[in-house]
Amino acid sequence: MINKVVSNINEALEGVESNMTFMVGGFGLSGIPENAIAALSKMDVFGLTCISNNAGVDDFGLGLLLQRKQIKKMISSYVGENAEFERQMLSGELEVDLIPQGSLAERCRAAGAGIPAFFTPAGYGTEVAEGKEVREYNGKPHILETALTADFAFVKAWKGDTAGNLIFKGTARNFNPLMAMAGKITVAEVEELVPAGELDPNQIHTPGIFVQRILQGEKYEKRIEQRTIRKRE
Amino acid sequence: MLDKNQIAQRIAQELEHNTYVNLGIGIPTLVANYIPQGIDIEFQSENGVLGMGPFPFEGDEDPDLINAGKQTITTLDGAVLFDSATSFAMIRGQHVQLTVLGAMEVSENGDIANWKIPGKMVKGMGGAMDLVASADNIIVAMMHTNRAGESKILKQCTLPITGVNCVKKVVTNLAVLEVTNKGFKLLERAPGVSVEEIKNATAADLIIEGEIPEMVL
Repeated sequence: MINKVVSNINEALEGVESNMTFMVGGFGLSGIPENAIAALSKMDVFGLTCISNNAGVDDFGLGLLLQRKQIKKMISSYVGENAEFERQMLSGELEVDLIPQGSLAERCRAAGAGIPAFFTPAGYGTEVAEGKEVREYNGKPHILETALTADFAFVKAWKGDTAGNLIFKGTARNFNPLMAMAGKITVAEVEELVPAGELDPNQIHTPGIFVQRILQGEKYEKRIEQRTIRKRE
Repeated sequence: MLDKNQIAQRIAQELEHNTYVNLGIGIPTLVANYIPQGIDIEFQSENGVLGMGPFPFEGDEDPDLINAGKQTITTLDGAVLFDSATSFAMIRGQHVQLTVLGAMEVSENGDIANWKIPGKMVKGMGGAMDLVASADNIIVAMMHTNRAGESKILKQCTLPITGVNCVKKVVTNLAVLEVTNKGFKLLERAPGVSVEEIKNATAADLIIEGEIPEMVL
């Protein structure tokens, strides 16, 4: 067994520098690496490029890094919940690359799988296709999208073991397994870290080979963005 | 004239038995409340769930279980959870048969615009571009006109588009329109709304053949 455990978040973030590219897992606030984001927001690293489906909300998630203007560029698919984000983008302080969600997911997966580029129908005929090669397959136009890589990928899982194997819960899985594959250094934080051998190998979602560092997250707020309920009959 | 719930109710009549359906944010989400008797549907949400159920009871909300609108949800028997690449494999690979989504504009050749107003609103396309590029059947649910009273049914979209030549049907508060290769065909009127009123609220030309029936909800 190759032991991937680091003892604290500072050790997990060793090597993080200004102007790096990070992948950050999560969809909305579900499944975001809360501890890594909190630690990054206290470090003096700036000029970051962040690849993440969303940009958090004003006071949580990647919103914390936006507030300190640590992010130079965001690569996302949907950024609607963050007023500070919108302000920085419209004023030109923040560079933003919006890409279709499926292409974002596949571009991460492709990087991790050694596929430098692929053709997809998503975005053909739109702004997204500008400057991209178009090819017709089965009578339908497709555009060329390239793999996305990152210096660090920060992901969050429900359970993990000391070998770096990960199990996710619910819809908190989302981009985490794909970004784990794509990061040069993947830091996985988990709610519960167990010794290797305790997780059923049949039930593991992300094999530990994709994870370089694993740690138990110190605390999780797990904020709900849109609390929607129904009345009991 | 229909309200938002009635638009959803009319769209629910388009649901086919034993199909997988993706519902967008807003009016489309309401479609799940009106599934006709005897029709079995599984709802997919692109953030990674198939077999999505209703909202949870108070106290049962789980931050690890949300839909693409970030709302707390539940899962039904037979549900499955997966990552975003698998989710979009279902969409791009045309395993999800129907997509219902909102729009700011739809043009007579089936183009849709719903992700950006240059210089004003930039929220992003989320999964919409992948969805409209792939699903066999795409139905738009929206109000017929915008807040300024201008038609959202156009000869050509003025806003940046989300997808080309993809919308099959549009259900608005005034009418049901089909996108044909000759343009919009008026299929049904909302209760109490005349063909004349629909024509006046529509910037694109309408193909009107014979008597146009009133919707039955």
